[in-house]
Amino acid sequence: MHEAAKALAEGRTEVKNTTCYMCACRCGIRVHLRNGEVRYIQGNPEHPLNKGVICAKGSSGIMKQYSPARLTRPLRRKEGSERGEAQYEAISWDEAFNILEERLGRIRATDPKRFALFTGRDQMQALTGLFAKNFGTPNYAAHGGFCSVNMAAGMIYTIGGSFWEFGGPDLERSRLFVMIGTAEDHHSNPMKIELSKFKRNGGRFISINPVRTGYSAIADEWIPIKPGTDGALLLALIHEIIKTGLYDRDFLTQYSNSAELVNMDPNSSEFGMFVRTEVPEEEGCFDPQNKLWWDRNGNKPVICRAKGADPRLLGEFALSDGTPVKPAFQLLLERVEDYTPEWAADITGIPAVTIRRLAHEMGIVARDERIELPIAWTDVWDQEHQSVTGNPVSFHAMRGLAAHSNGFQTIRALSILMSILGTIDRPGGFRHKAPFPRPIPPCTKTGTGPQDVQPNTPLNGMPLGWPADPDDLFVDDDGNPIRIDKGFSWEYPLSVHGLMHNAITNAWRQDPYAIDTLFIFMANMAWNSSMNTDEVRKMLNDKDESGEYKIPFLVVADAFQSEMTAFADLILPDTTYLERHDVMSMLDRPISEFDGPVDSVRIPVVPPKGECKPFQEVLIELGSRLKLPPFVNADGTRKYQNYPDFITNFETAPGSGIGFLAGWRGKSGEKSMKGEPNPNQWKMYEKNNCVYHYHLPRSYQYMRNWNQGYLQWAQEHSLTRYDEPINIHIYSEVLQKFRLAAQGKSDGKQPPAHLRKRVETHFDPLPFYSEPLEAQLTDKQRYPLNAITQRPMAMYHSWDSQNAWLRQIHTYNFLYVHPTTARAAGIEDGAWMWVESMHGKVRCLCRYTEALEPGTVWTWNAVGKAAGAWNLDGSANESKQGFLLNHLISEELPASAAGAHLSNSDPVTGQAGWYDVMVRIYPAAPGEVRETFPQYPTMPPLPGTPKRRRWQSYFAGRFGKNS
Amino acid sequence: MTQLALVIDLNVCVGCHACVTSCKQWNTSGAAGPLFDDRPYGENPTGTFFNRVQTYEIGQFPNTETLHFPKSCLHCEDPPCVPVCPTGASYKRAEDGIVLVDYDKCIGCKYCSWACPYGAREFDEQQKVMKKCTLCVDRIYDETLPEAERKPACVLACPTSARLFGDVHDSESEVSVAIRENGGYPLMPEWGTKPSNHYLPRRKTRHKIHKDELLRVDNPLKKEDIRHEIRDNVSLDDWLM
Repeated sequence: MHEAAKALAEGRTEVKNTTCYMCACRCGIRVHLRNGEVRYIQGNPEHPLNKGVICAKGSSGIMKQYSPARLTRPLRRKEGSERGEAQYEAISWDEAFNILEERLGRIRATDPKRFALFTGRDQMQALTGLFAKNFGTPNYAAHGGFCSVNMAAGMIYTIGGSFWEFGGPDLERSRLFVMIGTAEDHHSNPMKIELSKFKRNGGRFISINPVRTGYSAIADEWIPIKPGTDGALLLALIHEIIKTGLYDRDFLTQYSNSAELVNMDPNSSEFGMFVRTEVPEEEGCFDPQNKLWWDRNGNKPVICRAKGADPRLLGEFALSDGTPVKPAFQLLLERVEDYTPEWAADITGIPAVTIRRLAHEMGIVARDERIELPIAWTDVWDQEHQSVTGNPVSFHAMRGLAAHSNGFQTIRALSILMSILGTIDRPGGFRHKAPFPRPIPPCTKTGTGPQDVQPNTPLNGMPLGWPADPDDLFVDDDGNPIRIDKGFSWEYPLSVHGLMHNAITNAWRQDPYAIDTLFIFMANMAWNSSMNTDEVRKMLNDKDESGEYKIPFLVVADAFQSEMTAFADLILPDTTYLERHDVMSMLDRPISEFDGPVDSVRIPVVPPKGECKPFQEVLIELGSRLKLPPFVNADGTRKYQNYPDFITNFETAPGSGIGFLAGWRGKSGEKSMKGEPNPNQWKMYEKNNCVYHYHLPRSYQYMRNWNQGYLQWAQEHSLTRYDEPINIHIYSEVLQKFRLAAQGKSDGKQPPAHLRKRVETHFDPLPFYSEPLEAQLTDKQRYPLNAITQRPMAMYHSWDSQNAWLRQIHTYNFLYVHPTTARAAGIEDGAWMWVESMHGKVRCLCRYTEALEPGTVWTWNAVGKAAGAWNLDGSANESKQGFLLNHLISEELPASAAGAHLSNSDPVTGQAGWYDVMVRIYPAAPGEVRETFPQYPTMPPLPGTPKRRRWQSYFAGRFGKNS
Repeated sequence: MTQLALVIDLNVCVGCHACVTSCKQWNTSGAAGPLFDDRPYGENPTGTFFNRVQTYEIGQFPNTETLHFPKSCLHCEDPPCVPVCPTGASYKRAEDGIVLVDYDKCIGCKYCSWACPYGAREFDEQQKVMKKCTLCVDRIYDETLPEAERKPACVLACPTSARLFGDVHDSESEVSVAIRENGGYPLMPEWGTKPSNHYLPRRKTRHKIHKDELLRVDNPLKKEDIRHEIRDNVSLDDWLM
């Protein structure tokens, strides 16, 4: 030890605070430097998110910083070389900017939608969105469409909030916690911290998942379920809870639309809409309180929430004009009538007795273990309450529920289950995080037609928004899409995060039109982030008759060499998270806690490597050169010196006092949430662990959908425009409006004929179960098994095979198969096998497992790599034994009555149906080559990427004798 | 006499590997470092890790348990790796019971790793010396660190706080209480090595539903009973004589 100890003693050490980015969690970290090199990355004990802990990825940040996959110079594809061959020459930043300025300037002056900007897991959508909007293109989205948009949309359209960044389970006070589907990669450290405390406090943890891995390992009970059938389970739980009267009646009547009367006259244009007493004085994105209840005391209709009224939740009534009406809850009861536990048992594979017990357990814990906190609060109807009460049953789910084409309605069902148990923004249940709750749906809207896209003009509307009505759709007069990904069209009306997974295919097919430049930031669309990977790689390389690429110009900005960079015409080297400024902004997706808004920043702890430039600086430079309004002064001169200057001084409107960061605003940092720009704001974040935490008064921390104090506070601080109640949509009138349009019963925008049936079916105002679309179109005799992925906790998507430490944990992946299933197919444990869907086939290695529903096979996501990608050696296990399930999954559904090229996505939201694929398995033949299929030619290292070390003995920036 | 050790709570360990890489990053640049990696970007990468997580499946579907099992040197009270060392490089400290290797004395003969029944030793193929968990001996006594951080890196990192650290000979320490109250156990006691590290077993929380809890007098369905119009109905009043 002596030599090492001596070296340590000689070093100059310092510690700097910043925010982790080894996944999307955004934990606070303290980076220990020795002579300016990274020596140790510690979880920041004073950070509200991770409270000092750090995960396997965060602890391996050093190996990302010094990865041989680092891009260090702007690169241009060599003249005469083909895309995908990865032949590049280094150019200067000035050259790169000149190329972009000339090309993008020309596009903006002619047809701005020919520029498309799609970004991956970037945490800077407020800035990238601002750039796209002001460029004037509708063709912008981040990764949400292929991530978990169903989770966001399904819950936000029901309760005004969702999981992860938007809200989550209150495990501190919960007694029963139910996690459904894979959710390990979202909110991971906070979830681990809370899960452990919850278990130690005697809480009961039930995991419902086809696979028992990850957090499910420590569940008190594991309930295996068939993939894509969660909706059936949830509807049966609702059935049983209603039938046994285990719902929270008081909560539902006051805080949801359960008791509100729905027009049941099939001949009325208002069929399926709530009956209203009067026209509201003010229109806005809120629910006016003008609906009716049927009062059981007077046995007649009264205005909803009238003092002293006690509404019927069940029954069938007639208004004085004869209009037949039913309370929304009656319609829910009728909906779940046939969704019995026995019915669900056949679909989910879960015994009816288990479903019934689960429902009873949820209902009894919610009812009998009620929490009462001595916190006085006032509701929006001026009613004063002496305490906050809560029902301690909580849930968490993410992609496992979301990544199915029936996911939106499944998540509607989950939200309704959580609501009937009375657990919304109450202690022990689900709790919101600022800026949520938001109106249902939130106010932001996109453009609505071709007129909103004009040369040299910012887009009218936002690139992404929340349709409340068919007239909010972004379509032309014939109902055709305006966006290249067909977002906000009749194919996927509520695609609130866009459909990045269809952008390349649509651009290649020039449907709905051809684009010129595709700009991809930090997304591996030539590999694990695309469905149908093999074909998408061909599309990126495909040319028309004149020899021109069908996607003429492809720009990729990333910190690392990847499968994607090989296809770029221009590569822009980004910095790592340790080298740059970043904001986790209230305008985007902040890291808020239950008790109040929290935002945070990154501050560079080491200088950029080589010529790396933070992507934000690229956007500000381009925005200034293209004279996009937010980035230039009135005289057209550049407004912001750099990104930190932009963050300090940008306001959403002149004098609005709202900028990217909420903390230490006002001239000397005396204000928060709102206030003039503060020239020393960055310094103040730096001094305060890079985080700003606003603690709401206790009386504002619960029941926020209806909490007068909170809503007024939120309005004063411009988090929301209205302080109106956000009542839970058990019954969704928004969905009914789209259904009425599809039925030709409304005046506004109408779907094209071939989509009417699809919209009518899926825009059901109450949740229903239908088999995932892919399964409906699959020959299930031939492809009887479900194939899914799970998320390894030690890797984040494709990011970490370049990481010398993390790749020793997951060097390659197996296909996990239940022994019974494998033996029936003649496949031995550890043997080479084929897994095949109707779209493609992959050769891989088999591993037996008992922790798996036997009708399912699974593997870890994104461990497999193309040879040479991420600057791994061509012989690396990731490309020889590792494999990617994406080759089996299509980005489009087989042709059907609804169209030939519909996305393999949820018909409501456009959420990619990753987990819908059906497969068959069989052994590899004895003589076959012992490596995965498909294989690709080995990518060469790029100019400027660091040398691959053959061995290393890392010591605070030194790598041993060979470096 | 002090015996420092780790107590690992298998009831909350989710197998995230935070302990594995936080250990690696602290120790590779610390007093016990560097920790070698061979073929870090090539075929079959391998390297020196003081701490590893193994995963086991127990039982048959659907009654399967998945168990994550972190393992490092157990700092045995009677460590078999010490007497077999021909140079005295492998030793157990009297003052705190930590088992260490003096790299300057180690000749890389690997006797110690053959003697260890737990497979807890890691040979550094570059430096040709044996390495192992030191319980972060360069952290736990470092008075320049805040007191709360004078713990092994794995303990600080662990997101589920499944790793406890302390003196198992002090009956009132957090680790002794945890072992006593939760049925903590050592690995393979039959070997007589008296491992200092202990593991806490899985514990299940169950919920018993009593039939009479299901339907209570305040069941909200009772509020929904519809009173039908009865005036015109024929009743027994018209029949009973």
